[in-house]
Amino acid sequence: MTNQPRHSPDASHAGHSGGPLRHAAIVHHDRGEVEAVQDALEAAMATCGYSKASLFAVRLSFQEGIANAFNHGHRNLPPNTPAKVEFAVTPAEVLIAIEDQGPGFKPDAVADCTLDENLEVPRGRGVMLIRAYMHEVRYNDKGNRVEMIFRAKPTP
Amino acid sequence: MPSESRLRIRKQDSVVQIEFIDRNILDEGNIQMISEEISRLIDAEASPKLLISFANVDHLSSAALGALITINNKIRQKNGQLRLASIDPQIYEVFVITRLNKLFQIHESVDDAIKSFG
Repeated sequence: MTNQPRHSPDASHAGHSGGPLRHAAIVHHDRGEVEAVQDALEAAMATCGYSKASLFAVRLSFQEGIANAFNHGHRNLPPNTPAKVEFAVTPAEVLIAIEDQGPGFKPDAVADCTLDENLEVPRGRGVMLIRAYMHEVRYNDKGNRVEMIFRAKPTP
Repeated sequence: MPSESRLRIRKQDSVVQIEFIDRNILDEGNIQMISEEISRLIDAEASPKLLISFANVDHLSSAALGALITINNKIRQKNGQLRLASIDPQIYEVFVITRLNKLFQIHESVDDAIKSFG
């Protein structure tokens, strides 16, 4: 991918020196529940000294992962079906895992939305934005769990 | 149930100028409401000229991009024109990554965008 986002450096001091700040939650397709996890994630990142640009990247990826879980993973499941969300934040990296209860999907089968013929298609950009903004993205074999890692950019 | 508008709208000359009230355009419910409201504005114009300013926006999601594409398609069906303006550099990067900067006419300022309408 040629269009990679720029990241400004993250504070190296990192006001947190203990183990990872971890959080696990069962989340329904509910704005309040999702925002509660997002707020906890961003609070943990702030504690660890991440920059505004890093927060932007992680927030976008988190939102896209959640949207994929509920809109695609749970498309044929009852609307109150919850997904599992976990994160672990250290000054070095942010790990986020989102697991839905759907049948899974094949991420490599998602059409390339940057091709000229797909530019006007309104959907299909979430997976590619996660890949663009996170440093590592992996799916389980079934395709219903995504793990994404954002690494802190050290100050020069 | 009638819902509060998520947009500030004003019409100057023949251009409908739209600003977002929300700083984050992430929530699908909000995006749906915004999309429907803009669709109604397009329906009301014979040859719509829309200018959407992102001056207040800090975050958006792929669902918001999808809504913009749908709006653009709808405007083009009516031989109208869409301009985007005042996009924060971090958000502009999302347009670049997705190559949507090639699809939309994006201007640095609202004034530049207004001048660009044919």
